Amino acid sequence: MIEHDVVIVGAGLAGMRCALEASKELDVAVLTKVYPSRSHSGAAQGGIAASLGNSEPDSWEEHMYDTVKGGDFLNDQDAVEEYVKAAPRIIYELEHMGCVFSRTPEGKIAQRSFGGHSKPRACFSADRTGHAILHALHEQLIKNEKSVKIYNEWYMHSLIVDGDRCNGVVVSNIQTGEVEVIRAKAVVFCTGGYGRVYKITSNAFASTADGVMAAFEVGIPLEDPEFVQFHPSGLFRQGILFSEAARGEGAYLLNGNGERFMENYAPSRMELAPRDIVSRAEQSEIDAGRGVNGEDCINLDLRHLGEARIMERLPQIRQLAIDFLGIDCITHPIPIQPTAHYSMGGIPVDKDCHVILDAENTKMNGFFAAGECACVSVHGGNRLGTNSLLDAVVFGERAGKSVLEYARGKDFGNVNEGQEKTKVLEKFEDVFQRDGSESYNDIRDEMKEIMMTHCGVYRDEEKLKVCIDTLKGLQVRFKKGKVTDKGKLFNTEIYEIMELGNMLSMAEVIAAAALYRKESRGGHSRTDYPKRDDKNFLHHSMVYDSSDGFVIKTKPVIITKFPVTERTY
Amino acid sequence: MATFRIKRFNPEKQPEPYFEEFELDIPDGATLLDCMNEIKWTLDGSLSYRMSCRSAICGSCAVKANGHALLACQRQGEHLLDNDDTITLEPLGNMKPIKDLAVDFTPFWDKINKVKPYLEPKDEPPAKERHQSPEEFLLIDDSSTCIMCGACYSDCNTLEVDDNFLGPAALAKAQRFVGDSRDSKTLQRVQDLSESGGIWDCTHCGECVERCPKPARPFDRIKEIMTVALEKGVHNNNGARHALSFTNSVKRSGNLNENRIPVESMGFFNIPGLLSLIPIGLRMLLKGKVPPIIHHSIEEVDDVKRIFKELDQ
Repeated sequence: MIEHDVVIVGAGLAGMRCALEASKELDVAVLTKVYPSRSHSGAAQGGIAASLGNSEPDSWEEHMYDTVKGGDFLNDQDAVEEYVKAAPRIIYELEHMGCVFSRTPEGKIAQRSFGGHSKPRACFSADRTGHAILHALHEQLIKNEKSVKIYNEWYMHSLIVDGDRCNGVVVSNIQTGEVEVIRAKAVVFCTGGYGRVYKITSNAFASTADGVMAAFEVGIPLEDPEFVQFHPSGLFRQGILFSEAARGEGAYLLNGNGERFMENYAPSRMELAPRDIVSRAEQSEIDAGRGVNGEDCINLDLRHLGEARIMERLPQIRQLAIDFLGIDCITHPIPIQPTAHYSMGGIPVDKDCHVILDAENTKMNGFFAAGECACVSVHGGNRLGTNSLLDAVVFGERAGKSVLEYARGKDFGNVNEGQEKTKVLEKFEDVFQRDGSESYNDIRDEMKEIMMTHCGVYRDEEKLKVCIDTLKGLQVRFKKGKVTDKGKLFNTEIYEIMELGNMLSMAEVIAAAALYRKESRGGHSRTDYPKRDDKNFLHHSMVYDSSDGFVIKTKPVIITKFPVTERTY
Repeated sequence: MATFRIKRFNPEKQPEPYFEEFELDIPDGATLLDCMNEIKWTLDGSLSYRMSCRSAICGSCAVKANGHALLACQRQGEHLLDNDDTITLEPLGNMKPIKDLAVDFTPFWDKINKVKPYLEPKDEPPAKERHQSPEEFLLIDDSSTCIMCGACYSDCNTLEVDDNFLGPAALAKAQRFVGDSRDSKTLQRVQDLSESGGIWDCTHCGECVERCPKPARPFDRIKEIMTVALEKGVHNNNGARHALSFTNSVKRSGNLNENRIPVESMGFFNIPGLLSLIPIGLRMLLKGKVPPIIHHSIEEVDDVKRIFKELDQ
């Protein structure tokens, strides 16, 4: 049995920032199913928010208000306040670590405009901000290699829980197939999102709900899973992210008739309205037959920005569109469509990242979560662009501090190594023994398709019911899947199957919560309940697993500074 | 119908690698990675390779296609077809295969770690950000785009014969800090990088620049480190002496003094080094390959000198 004071699952921004903090006193392991530098945080392009005021006067109060309004007032405002107040310090610390930022002529960190933010507060490194921060944090881990052990290409299968305490994780080495138990005084999940349940998504192949489902399986609820953000600019058919920074720099959205249609949806903010609003506007144009050439896409026009600005500020995404669509945005508009991008919901945590079990904030001892897999909730019903990198770094650090506080002087809990290992080995054996009459590929495609069409930008009761029925059918077929590779060595097929199992469960949780929430708020839009309903739904949803299916409870929204008002732009 | 010739390797089953062919209609707009997934998901689930972001930023999916390393997610399948409508896929070079197209990255990362790839700041951090001008940012802009995919490492000609070479990715990463106006260890860094296995062991073939899927272009970064090393007076090594001797020879005579350069590169007082030149000198003598003892300038040497003057050297 492997032992570490702390095991952190996931090596993106949240995981690595947490490791830097926790390793100040504790023996820390970071486990990642890829390599730290391959984490999906690195795909974030446009920026990281902080009210530095480097190009226009700004304040944490304005950042807070924008965030709460952007989240359609479902955010817990006590957490939002601490989060936006921490932002400037967090950015300066990243800069001190060596993170590369684009600069103003005076040498300060440059800031640009972003959707839903009333001030230019996105600090950026050209159009690869996530990559810049990810590598800066990785560099710091290399510098501290003596106190942090990194397990590259290890997969986390399950949490080890004893009553109200978490004592470790069961993992396996993807390269060798060996199953191991890691006993730890504290476990931190920084396992990211689950956009891969959708057909069109900006997410990496690795974003598959492993962490979230491991928590759900041991009785931890999932908070607000119905809130999935669709990013307005996914490359047509691929869903690959084409940064909001393009609109931040001034790009236009045009429908098939060449009209800047945002005028009809958010006249004061136009293309820089929050993402939920822009994605709905695009989908409405497409649904009304005003897509470009009658197809399911909208044009993003950057041509008026000019070559010099595009090459200075957006060089990487220009290349992306050339590589993936064969289109140069300097001379032609780019066809885009809404793409599943970010999960506002996740494992419920308090503002110190301790995982909680209910509306009373009852803690699961020794279990913490941060970043996209967690729901604090600072983003409410819809996250503003550039607030996710900030979330990952702020709460990664806080998780690290909480772990230090918690694990200091604690003993290891009891772990029955043999029993825990057997459970996971049986999972493998179960997959190898299936009768093989079904194709996992078909099951995955059908899941992604039904989630896109029936639980996507627009939802209604009828569609959601069909979606849930379909998913249940797929879960049955999943048990009869065909496996080709029964070897131990770098068997990527078996891990894809485990990931698919997680995604099928996650998809059902999303759809069930979407069916429960009979209102439209932020990223959750019901055509049969098109209005926000504060009387009945100004609360978080908490989905629990039970032998009779899912149980949905509620958790109050914490409102401090900004009363709930109508949300228009 | 396209043919994918894929190098398979699974030491659990068979110790030697072999090629297997798969037939596939490449869907319109499909990337090479899309094609590989199609093969894995519909034809043979046991095919192993790495992938994650599919948008050319995570660096997972580098493989060799038709003999050259590239990012599978970044290239259209159609564009890679050879005359026989075939694409040959192999694992990256200069690293040991684990299974099929997945290789062991351990030496790659070990070498990244060797260049101390983290900022060593000049002083205690200020209350806000350290200032850096847009021009100073530009000095590290390109090297900071590296995604650690290993394509350059795979196709590096020096690494093929010299395991000790740090390799293009680690050296590009090193430039990221050599060029950083906030770093305090520039001199120490260029001294370390001038040691054996460092910048001067690069053969200048430029293959890494051809393979780099990003603007990191390692050889360009290596040249930048060389420039800084020479500017900082780090001359006490064969590589730097060779570069200076080479330049001086051209400056003086317009061509290379091939008798002088090896001696100057070794250093006049490096007796063991000079003695080590004797065997090769004798072999050259026997084969009649010794350059003329008296070195002549070219006729247009004044033009050469004028060029050097204009370059202010």
